[in-house]
Amino acid sequence: MSLMGFAKVVLKNLFTGPVTEKYPFVPKVYPQGARGSVNIELAKCIFCGICQKKCPTAAIVVTKEPKAWEIDRLRCISCNYCVEVCPKKCLALDTKYAPVTITRTTDKFSAQPVA
Amino acid sequence: MSERTIIPFGPQHPVLPEPIHLDLVVEDEKVIEAIPSIGFIHRGLERLVEKKDYVDYVYVAERICGICSFIHGLTYCMAIEELMKVQVPDRAQYLRLIWSELSRIHSHLLWLGLTADSFGFESMFMQSWRLREYILDIIEETTGGRVIFGSAKIGGVRRDIPLAKMDEIMKKMRVYRKDVAALCEQFMKDQTVKHRMRGVGLLSREDAISLGAVGPMLRGSGVAQDIRMTGYSGYDRIGFTPITETAGDCYARCMVRVREMDASFQMIERCVEQMTDGPIEVKVTGNPNGEFFMRSEQPRGEAIYYAKANGTKFLSRLRVRTPTFANIPPLLTALAGCQLADVPVIVLTIDPCISCAER
Amino acid sequence: MATQQIIEISPAELLEKVSAMKAQGQRLVQICCSKLPDRLEVVYSFDQDFTYVSYRLTLADTSTLVPSISKIYGNSFHYENEIHDLYGIQVQGISIDFKGNFYRTALKTPFNCAPEAEVQVPS
Repeated sequence: MSLMGFAKVVLKNLFTGPVTEKYPFVPKVYPQGARGSVNIELAKCIFCGICQKKCPTAAIVVTKEPKAWEIDRLRCISCNYCVEVCPKKCLALDTKYAPVTITRTTDKFSAQPVA
Repeated sequence: MSERTIIPFGPQHPVLPEPIHLDLVVEDEKVIEAIPSIGFIHRGLERLVEKKDYVDYVYVAERICGICSFIHGLTYCMAIEELMKVQVPDRAQYLRLIWSELSRIHSHLLWLGLTADSFGFESMFMQSWRLREYILDIIEETTGGRVIFGSAKIGGVRRDIPLAKMDEIMKKMRVYRKDVAALCEQFMKDQTVKHRMRGVGLLSREDAISLGAVGPMLRGSGVAQDIRMTGYSGYDRIGFTPITETAGDCYARCMVRVREMDASFQMIERCVEQMTDGPIEVKVTGNPNGEFFMRSEQPRGEAIYYAKANGTKFLSRLRVRTPTFANIPPLLTALAGCQLADVPVIVLTIDPCISCAER
Repeated sequence: MATQQIIEISPAELLEKVSAMKAQGQRLVQICCSKLPDRLEVVYSFDQDFTYVSYRLTLADTSTLVPSISKIYGNSFHYENEIHDLYGIQVQGISIDFKGNFYRTALKTPFNCAPEAEVQVPS
């Protein structure tokens, strides 16, 4: 019965719950190891600039004087390359994405308070 | 003799996810000739290789296409490995194979949904995309990305799949395999599907060879040509046999893809059985030199990466020939003589991916 | 890995060699052009049973006319229009000639243009 072939699937779907997640009400669970936004542990950072040199999209800017680490979240492609090359392992990828923005801004982290 | 009219089809059309323009010369409802026109989204990614370090270019190669992204990155890595005479460890090769086949399954499920949608089979579209979501979840768990895997690397892979995780995935995969098979059976046995696809968009075996068709388009016309037969990246060890159909119509091309999905599930299973522990990458030093044509089988067909290096860290030329680019001339032959209403179905059976065709 | 070789030929021999390939039942896999500092290379690749054979034309600049092989291989018009649009190679007698409108690029022959006309990529 090829005409009624889909009936089995339809009936099955009728009695099982929805497959989709009710997203804003039920928070999304990201699997471990998902590539999200880059986070920095500033205390460990030595501002060597390797991450800036290796970043494929040039999203990271590191300045030695004053000691600062900047990232353009909209440029970052969460490729994990900076995390791999970091000699001090102070960078890590979060499983969550960076928050949504409507303007292009850079996130600045500096060791000393900006004068 | 009735009057001839030219009907523009695309670049924006409800069934087309990407811009391709066809000028259809029609006589009443019958398409006499089709003239393609692409070039709306040329990005010049091939040229970017002259400005990017060969190691960094993997990220660009992966973004040539959003669906077969892993295999693009993999082919680029394999081309460079061939130039630098790097032997990739076994475990890395198996992992690459698993991810290649996962991306094939997700690409074919996406295609199945779009094709069903092209003649109004909306519920099939939803069902196949629902199953695709599960495959994407597995991909996200193992590589960290949903469509851009980012796990291929020159000299190996970036991530390993731990044993416990592998078992868990295989358990899920066995369930999905049954679901996918059931869904495909519904699709292929459906009266309407048969009616819309049988004998439509014929491409003979001779035309398929002389017009350079690739992938399911070529295998649907009865030519057993699949680059996986050359045995790159571990395909020689898991006993690969190509899937062919002889009819050469839209239905045959669908059948090839449907059977390929099942074969991919099988291959992943065999691969997991054979896998042994070991290193997942080798350190690569120095710069490539020489030239090489690397070929690989993507969900849509054969992709060619021609890398020409000059001993510096910038390649002097990288040429990417994607399967859709090769499949457009045979598509024109398949379109000639069909009904106007069948055009969307025929266009979708080549599984067009125009962004990667233009790079 | 299956074998592959590249054979150097001159533009005058092209049609004859390609016809011989067609007679053998080879598949035209791709045509590509590469720009090197002093020359341009056009590579025609053929495949049969995973034996990969390529013919290479070496051109000093874009003034040399290259005959089109679209009468022999119907699918070559795609590649020939591509090398014409990206590199400015002059291909004569393409079956469907887009006359430089195959790729809609802001810059004509973007892969073979004066360095100052190029768009700079941030490093």
